[in-house]
Amino acid sequence: MSASMRALSAKIPALQIDISAGYLRYTGSKTATLQGLNMSFPAGQWTCILGRSGCGKTSLLRYLAGLLDQKTSWSGELKTTPPQFNLKNNIAYMAQQDLLMPWLSVLDNVTLSAKFGNTITAVQKQAALALLEKVGLLDSADCLPQKLSGGMRQRVALARTLMQNKPVILMDEPFSAVDAVTRYRLQDLAWELLKDKTVVLITHDPQEAIRLADQIYIMQGKPSSAESLKVPASLTPRQFDPECAQLQQSIMAFLEQDDA
Amino acid sequence: MPDITAFTRLSGQKTHQKALIKPLLRMMISIMVILGLWQAIVVFFGMPSFILPAPIEVFERLLLRYDILLKHTLVTGQEIILGLFLGLFMGLFFALQMLLFKPIKQWLLPILIASQAIPVFALAPVLMLWLGYGIASKIVMAALIIFFPVTTCCYDGLRNTPSGYLDLAQTMGATKWQMLRHIQFPASLPTLASGIRVAVVIAPIGAVAGEWVGSSEGLGYLMLQANARMMIDEMFAALFILSMLSILLYFVVDKLLKKFIPWEV
Repeated sequence: MSASMRALSAKIPALQIDISAGYLRYTGSKTATLQGLNMSFPAGQWTCILGRSGCGKTSLLRYLAGLLDQKTSWSGELKTTPPQFNLKNNIAYMAQQDLLMPWLSVLDNVTLSAKFGNTITAVQKQAALALLEKVGLLDSADCLPQKLSGGMRQRVALARTLMQNKPVILMDEPFSAVDAVTRYRLQDLAWELLKDKTVVLITHDPQEAIRLADQIYIMQGKPSSAESLKVPASLTPRQFDPECAQLQQSIMAFLEQDDA
Repeated sequence: MPDITAFTRLSGQKTHQKALIKPLLRMMISIMVILGLWQAIVVFFGMPSFILPAPIEVFERLLLRYDILLKHTLVTGQEIILGLFLGLFMGLFFALQMLLFKPIKQWLLPILIASQAIPVFALAPVLMLWLGYGIASKIVMAALIIFFPVTTCCYDGLRNTPSGYLDLAQTMGATKWQMLRHIQFPASLPTLASGIRVAVVIAPIGAVAGEWVGSSEGLGYLMLQANARMMIDEMFAALFILSMLSILLYFVVDKLLKKFIPWEV
């Protein structure tokens, strides 16, 4: 009992990811999706990726999640530090849709990943309940997801992601489908709970990136590559100040270039 | 807060009751209208009772011969239910095979379609020959007639799992089998449920058609016998019971499906 308790709350190593000269092409496609990609996702920091629709940012994330292994060819270096950690076993993936299974209760959704390991122990259930309390949904543990609002569902998804207890969190616009206030609260909650993780967040919303990012990349071009932007020195989650407004201007200017 | 939950629970109960009473009321009214029309036709056109007996005659017959009718109803009911189970099991099995093994699908699909191109009624005499006059041939008839809708629904349901669910499970390290058991199968249940609803309605057709071709008991048998003896009121009584049986079966199955698949939209 106590061993599994320790296993669940065990400090997981922070993982850094470095990509250099990354090249990604879908099988059957003549042109590459990504080329000359140089990025690094420092351990325990939030990296936000901005870019126009179709620029390949989701492809990059899905590749990192190991979802494109059979559909694409990749070349270039993908390095994790410390190197003995295989990326595929150390990521948790959070998509734009909450992807809660409608037939599982909220609690069972949070413990979903445990189903694929082995049987769910009482300890894991306890841990899941603690996470639900953290996201403020302990009362809804036995509900089916269809009873919840969009923001609540995304909070359950956040708890499920945390339950996986992985060092790297890949997020593909997870807060884009909710209203502005809910989004603001979700950002705060995610920031609070994912503090010591390596987070890669794709977003369409420059303000979201400015609020949360320790570093920002903009992906553009065809095939696309990434460009790093300097972020304000203030601490995340940032209050909007003139420096942020300036950054937003330059982000917009960057994104508009892609039209040419 | 507790007040609110108490309130919603109470109102929930009320709407539940209403939801039960309204369809019942509707059904009563439509039955009354049908019976009224029926009686009107008999009286208005002066129908002889060997062509169209009045509803009252049929009900008298129903009460008089309830023991015989009950005996045959039980037989037909048994055939329908066992046929449903057999057909569902076969449909599920075939759908799984097609899902898991691509080559099998290429071989099975033409057979599946061919099995539907041959009318089940044309197969009935052959089934009698092979499986005898007893209950087995009728069970197989009922199973065959529901086999196609169940298989296609189940296969479609298993195949069309939202790709996001599969991606998520894959990033969680699910094996192919775990994916099937924990994601694809539950995700397919609402689609499978519509297949089952269709199956429940058409399974009685298979069972009764089987009884017509050759049997010594069952409602279909009773109807043929009654027809031959010009006991038209008894034939109608059997027909009435058969339709009631089908309706009852449908509502019971529908309620069960809603209970076990509460997320179904």
